[in-house]
Formats: sequence, structure tokens, C-alpha cells
Amino acid sequence: MREITYAEAIREALREEMKRDDKVYICGEDVGRFGGCFGVTKGLWEEFGDDRVRDTPISETAIIGSAVGAAATGMRPVAEIMFCDFMGVAMDEITNQAAKMRYMFGGKVKLPMVIRTPVGGGLSAAAQHSQSLEAWFTHLPGLKVVMPSTPYDAKGLLKASIRDDNPVVFLEHKMLYGFKGPVPEEEYIIPLGVADIKREGKDLTIIATSLMVHKALDAASILEKDGFSVEVVDPRTLYPLDEEKILASVRKTHRAVVVHEAVERNGFGGEIVSIIMEKAFEYLDAPVKRVCGKNVPIPFSPPLERFVIPQVEDIIKAAKSIL
Amino acid sequence: MYISMLRIRRFEEKVVELFAQGKIPGFVHSYIGEEAVAVGACSALEPTDYITSTHRGHGHLIAKGGDLKYMMAELYGKKTGYCKGKGGSMHIADVDLGILGANGIVGAGLPIATGAALSSYLQKNGRVALCFFSDGASNRGTFHESLNMASIWKLPVIFLCENNMYGISMPQRKGMAIDDVADRASAYGMPGIVIDGNDVIAVYEAVKEAVNKARSGGGPTLIEAKTARWRGHFEGDPQTYRTQDEIEEWKKKCPIRRFQERLIKAGILSEAKIRDIEEMIAREVEEAVRFAENSPYPEPEEALEDVYA
Ligand SMILES: Cc1ncc(C[n+]2csc(CCOP(=O)(O)OP(=O)(O)O)c2C)c(N)n1
Repeated sequence: MREITYAEAIREALREEMKRDDKVYICGEDVGRFGGCFGVTKGLWEEFGDDRVRDTPISETAIIGSAVGAAATGMRPVAEIMFCDFMGVAMDEITNQAAKMRYMFGGKVKLPMVIRTPVGGGLSAAAQHSQSLEAWFTHLPGLKVVMPSTPYDAKGLLKASIRDDNPVVFLEHKMLYGFKGPVPEEEYIIPLGVADIKREGKDLTIIATSLMVHKALDAASILEKDGFSVEVVDPRTLYPLDEEKILASVRKTHRAVVVHEAVERNGFGGEIVSIIMEKAFEYLDAPVKRVCGKNVPIPFSPPLERFVIPQVEDIIKAAKSIL
Repeated sequence: MYISMLRIRRFEEKVVELFAQGKIPGFVHSYIGEEAVAVGACSALEPTDYITSTHRGHGHLIAKGGDLKYMMAELYGKKTGYCKGKGGSMHIADVDLGILGANGIVGAGLPIATGAALSSYLQKNGRVALCFFSDGASNRGTFHESLNMASIWKLPVIFLCENNMYGISMPQRKGMAIDDVADRASAYGMPGIVIDGNDVIAVYEAVKEAVNKARSGGGPTLIEAKTARWRGHFEGDPQTYRTQDEIEEWKKKCPIRRFQERLIKAGILSEAKIRDIEEMIAREVEEAVRFAENSPYPEPEEALEDVYA
């Protein structure tokens, strides 16, 4: 199968969906001729023009707010926020408008909109450009939250997100944009709410998200040399969450480590641990461990940044402590 | 003012070079071409006055008295930097110098400057706050909300828009339907003034007047200084959105050369003096680089400090 990058996979999903449905449009800062800050939308403006690839002023509130209005009235906007950190600027539009409108209106409206945004550290971009804020969004009933780790998943899940009739927050890791992986030429869709076993194993389950899936896979390969067989589960969508696949894996391996880049405190990992405790406690041979970002903002200096973001050796250490 | 502008230029040229060599991590937004705005404005302030800066902040910080050594060390991510390596280019601050931080969030400085001005008003300490921001930021809600609040409360704040005509790739004429950001002042009942941002004296005079007005209880002013950045939005920006000709035109209007010619004509500056100043600044920049390179990185565990007081 051909290999393309995560960024190319996302671009293909956008292009295919825009071709399929003329209600789909893109809207965000520098998404046009410039092709987006990370080059994801390159070429789409040339193909679809100003109307459907809309460059906006620096107006996150209006980017998201207008997407809500357009989605409620028949369009299918894909809004881009240049960095996840700027979602805060539009947090009322996300929290009180997008996430609530359908419910408050007694189910009488649909909001088919996607908010794409890059998350994560690794570029020395410091505290205001490196956060992983998925827990903000999973906490809000009314939103769906997607966090793909591979080009294949990114493409299939973005297509599903665009076709979904609900607001979807689509979180892309900026360190994955250049990551290559197999993506079929023919069309496919990955339904939201289906986890993926990225590696099979018998002794331990690592549940990891986004970039951390790759670190978990590296850790699993190293642990294998020490004689441990590790399963890596990637939920892919944080809501809807595929509890069954996570639980089935834990029931099989009897041990679990949860890994994410966002800070540990009140992070999404706590939710996964709770689900395991409530529904698979009797299968556990050891306490569930978390390996997450340290409870601080992301620092600028490379040695500091490396320290606060979970590394392969941190995952190995946590795994060994319960194996 | 001449020395300060040149210091910014030479520092920035070095930063750009070091970034290209991979010695400075993260993002770098060059201020080259806009030096007259920072220097003219900060020269009209007292050391105790406040500024808020932007993602393109090196020039503002130097003009307000920032030390090149600590700035460079911060850009390297070293322990000796202004923020102990935690902040980097976009977050350098020195509250003792009245610098309330560069800022990675566009438009975030406007309400913070408004708050600093409110604080001065409440504490009756006579300080003013000057907010640097750019044309792109003036499309954000924070701009409109801050101007309105500052105006109704008559706060001692100066909103200084350094209009370099682009927000990343978005030209001003596509991002707003008016020619002058200063027009927006009238909506908030404050003066809105357009000036030549490449003329350091014009910037100084306009800001001085606004500062006097603010300090004497006359409330805020919006000043729009028209200028241009010579380099890309960030280092590495291919600048597909504008022509080389446009950039060359602006280079002809170099604020430093222009001021230099004026000073020579007035008999204040000579070729020999210029050479001395160049040498002095070259030494300062070299020393800053040496300081940064010889400084240690912070220990990883230091990442856990400074979250709470
Ligand atoms: C709230 C927010 N939105 C978007 C960005 C990304 N961004 C960084 S700089 C910039 C352009 C800023 O343009 P302008 O205010 O004109 O300042 P200039 O870069 O021209 O000095 C953008 C969109 C950001 N940092 N913060």
C-alpha cells in the first residue's frame, strides 16, 4: 500500500469530502493560499477557491461562532484553530453554543461541524503553543472528540467526523504531521467510537492516545526483549469511547497502563482508569498506572520540555512496576 | 534612540542567524524593519511605566531596557535567561523594567495593559501602560473590549498598533474593510492617530503626547504606526503571499538609515561615531551570545518549579 503523511491524509480527507458534498467548507487563519500554518490545507484553495477555503482574520470567537451558525442552517463547516491553545479564545462558542445548542433546542437542530486543531509539545513552542487540552472537550456533553495517531486513522476518522451531524473536535498532533503510514487509495471511513488494537499482547495493556501511541509501541518492543508481551490499545476517539475494546484487553492481560501527553491531574486518563476500576476490577492483578504529562505548563527549554512530556523510558518504568 | 534601534537590528540579525544554525529552538519572529516604533514609543515612557508586548517582542524589550545577555540566554533555553528557560522568545518578561511579557496569544496584551493602567489609576502612582499590538490583533474581541473599557474608565493606557500590514499571510486589506485601524478609535470615543512608523521622531512625538494626556487623567489614545517587517512572519516562512519588490520598497524606507541621515545632517552623528556605535553594539551582541552559550541548561526537575507562588 502507498505511504503518505498524516498531513497529506488529512488533506485528502478534506478534499474528498469537499468534492463529495458542496456544503463542506473550510474556514480558518491562513488556510488559503498559505496552506495552513503546518501546511495541511495546501492546494485546497487553488482547487476550491475563496468561497470554500475561507481565510479569516484573527478572530477565533467568530471562526467557531460562525461555524455554529452556518452548521445550524445547513452547511458543514470544517473550522481550523491554528493551535489548540487558542481554543480558549472561542471557549464560549464551544462550551455554551456548539455543545449545547441541539440539547437546549429540544433536539430540533443539527450541528454538523468539525473543529480541527493541532495539539502537543515537542517543538519548544512553550506554554502557549504546546498544550494537549482534550480533557476540556471530553468534559462537555454535546461534543465528540477525536485524536488520531496514524495517517490511516486520521483520514478515515476525519471523513467520519465531517459526515457526523454533531460538533466534533478533531485533535491532530503537530509532531505527527510528517509521520508516514499506509493509506489505501480507495475510499474508506472509520466510524467514531471504535478503538484500535495497535499491537497484540498477553501480559499488559497500554492504553495510549495520539503521539503517545507511538511511544507506547516503542516501549512494547523494548519490553518484548525482556520477555513481556504488551498490547497497545488506541481509543482513537475519546468520545464516543470504545469502552468494550479497552475492557476486553484488560480482562485478557490483567494489567493496564494509561498514557497521554496532557497533564495527569484531571486528565482523560483518570476517566479510563475509573472505567477499568468499575468494570474490570476483578480481573486486575495490579493497580492501574498512569504515565502522563507532569502537572506544569509546557516549558520552552528542550531539556525541560523533554522532562515534562512522557518518554518511552517512563512508560517502560511504569509497565515494569506492575509486571 | 539611534543606538537603541541599531541594537535591536544587530541583535535580531544575530538571532536570525543563530536560529538558522539550529542553536535557538522554537519559533522566532523577527522585528527587523519595525525598530522605530519600539524605540520611539519606549523613549516617551518613564522606566517605571509598563509595556505589554507580542510574539514579535524582541524589539520592544530591548527598547524598554531589556538586557541582551538575559534575552539571548532565554532564546537558547538556558537557566540564566530572563525566564530561566521556561519562556523562550514569545514569553520574555522583566516586571522590574515594566515589561509585562511578550505574548504568544495574539491580542492578549490589550486587556492586560488595560489592567495595568487600571492598577496605576487605583494606586494613583502616575504610571502609564503602553500596549504594543499589530493590525491582525485589532480584529480580535480583546481589542474592542479593551478600548471600550479603557475609554469609559479613562485609564492611562496607550494602544500602539504597529501596522506591518500582514497577519501571517493575511494582508490587512483582506482582514479588515477599512484602511486605517485608527478609525476604530472613534467607536470608543478616543483619539485615533495615524503616524509614519518608520520615523522614530514622529513615533516619539505622538506617543509623548498620548502619554502626557494619559498621565494627566485624559484617558487612552489609539496610535497606528504604519510600518513593515522585512522578513517572513516567522523564520522559515516562504512568504508566498507577498512579492520581493514590496519588501525591497520597504527596505528603501529603512527607519535606521533614515534617522542616521537626519542625525548626520544635524551634525550630531559622524562616520567615526557610527563606527564606534557599531563596534560597541557588536561587542554587546557577541557578549550576549557568549553568555548564552556558556550558560548551563536548567536541570530537568526545575520544570516543576514556579507554578505557584
Ligand atoms: C489568538 C491567536 N490566534 C492566532 C495566533 C497565531 N498567530 C500568531 S502571530 C499571528 C499574526 C499576527 O498578526 P499581527 O497581529 O498583525 O502581528 P504581526 O505578526 O504582523 O506583527 C497569528 C495569526 C495566535 N498566536 N494567537
